[in-house]
Amino acid sequence: MNWFLGHLDEVGSLMATHAVLASAPLLAGLLLAIPLGWLARRYRLLRTPLIVGTGLLYTIPSLALFILMPLVLGTGILDPLNVVVALTVYTVALLVRTVSDGLASVPDDVLQAASAMGIGRVSRFFKVELPLAVPVISAGLRVAAVSNVSIVSVAALLGIAQLGSLFTDGFARNYLDPIVVGILACIALALVFDLLIVTLTKAATPWLRVGSPA
Amino acid sequence: MYPGGTTAVGGLSLDIPTGQITVLVGPSGCGKTTSLRMINRMIEPSSGLVAIDGRDTATLEVNELRRSIGYVIQSGGLFPHQSILDNIATVPLLLGWGRAKARARAHELLELVGLDPALAKRYPSQLSGGQQQRVGVARALAADPPVMLLDEPFSAVDPVVRAQLQDEFLRLQAELGKTIVFVTHDIDEAIKLADLVAVLRVGGTLAQFDAPARLLADPADDFVADFLGRDRGYRALGFVAAPGLPISAEPTVPLGATPAEAKQAAAGADWLLVLDAAGAPAGWVEPARLLAPITSAELHRGGTLARVGGSLRAALDAALSAPSRRGVITDDAGGLVGTVRAQDVLVEIERGPKTGAP
Repeated sequence: MNWFLGHLDEVGSLMATHAVLASAPLLAGLLLAIPLGWLARRYRLLRTPLIVGTGLLYTIPSLALFILMPLVLGTGILDPLNVVVALTVYTVALLVRTVSDGLASVPDDVLQAASAMGIGRVSRFFKVELPLAVPVISAGLRVAAVSNVSIVSVAALLGIAQLGSLFTDGFARNYLDPIVVGILACIALALVFDLLIVTLTKAATPWLRVGSPA
Repeated sequence: MYPGGTTAVGGLSLDIPTGQITVLVGPSGCGKTTSLRMINRMIEPSSGLVAIDGRDTATLEVNELRRSIGYVIQSGGLFPHQSILDNIATVPLLLGWGRAKARARAHELLELVGLDPALAKRYPSQLSGGQQQRVGVARALAADPPVMLLDEPFSAVDPVVRAQLQDEFLRLQAELGKTIVFVTHDIDEAIKLADLVAVLRVGGTLAQFDAPARLLADPADDFVADFLGRDRGYRALGFVAAPGLPISAEPTVPLGATPAEAKQAAAGADWLLVLDAAGAPAGWVEPARLLAPITSAELHRGGTLARVGGSLRAALDAALSAPSRRGVITDDAGGLVGTVRAQDVLVEIERGPKTGAP
């Protein structure tokens, strides 16, 4: 506790970096997963390769991916971009199936009605399909968010500073306090992300919180 | 179709009259929904032509075509994430009417289809099945399209609500005079709603295309006859008006009359008609069994009512369903006019046109 109070600034700054490193890939991954999920839903032939293929990306060990990134991207080993890109890969891996499932959850009669009224394909996607897929996509996003918060810490092994640095530091000095603080800070961050996603989802789906027929 | 063109589904060719209700009916797999969807190009015909007002629909921009055709499906197909008002305003907004005008129009339609304006801000899941179906109809009518396609719009609601929706649909159509193509598998619905019925066979060939009365009176073949089902002669009477029926005066007592008053009014008859406070027929009583002034609970209510100028079917049913065998005839306001006997209705049937054509 004393250690924590003495290092408030340091923990706060690590936490801020951690939050950015975890959330930027979440957004980038979502933006990539939406078109990929749409393709998987729209074209039967692409479904299996896309969903299984992107799903397999998640099996690549994170440490290996962090080390591979500089080779692929031509970045320095300490560049935070490595972490962002690697986590984007994981987010896509988790979300392509979710987006595809979310789009599949939109009732067919609603789609038929939309087309029959003369709503074009693009506008149908953004005004009907995507909004109705939000609850399913949001569930996947929550998993991806927590997963990102946890995986970011591994990057400490490469020397990229964030909450994971508290673990490496604690181990190196055989000192428990920073490790405990790091764990608690990670949990707090994951909870904040989760709460944020739940709140945004609620705001985006007001029709789900109304009563049944009077 | 709609003066001058044709629809084709496996050799199907129909001229659908402007401003009338044409019902496509047939067993599952007869291609009735496919035919309907070819009209707004939800399904593109592999060969043949669909024309509206002489214009080949294949030459029109598909979304513009669809915005000019109202479409209602069985489950409503409402957008769950939009308010009732926004659902109804969909096509006007697509047509670029502007938000205020589209919303004003949506409010107007809400009223037109008999929905409480307070529902405007609700979501579809907050409405009953019948209300959702009304919203579906309102949404299809929003941009005032000349043509409406309805695909089993009333199949998913219970029979009582279905009958209400059908009646209101006819009332609306009398007001609006749209060119309507209506798909159903329910022959009774077809006969009730249609100006013209197209009976389709499996495979999408036309078995018969006629007015309901003609269909009942003269089915083209065994398939049509079987599809129409039982009681065709009786049902056909529903399309024959009964202007010449002899209506007899009927002795009555008001609710609350004493046994003595009832016996005196009945003058020996077994059954006596009781009127409510407004003078409308309330039910029958047996004066001989009365012990106290007549209350509403004692009334025999099995008798149906027929209106003056109604059909022979209604008059005959009124006579057959009344315990006295005297069918009660009312005026349009529901007031008693008199009674008619089954034998008089039969005489009228014998005298009338043998085919049942209106």
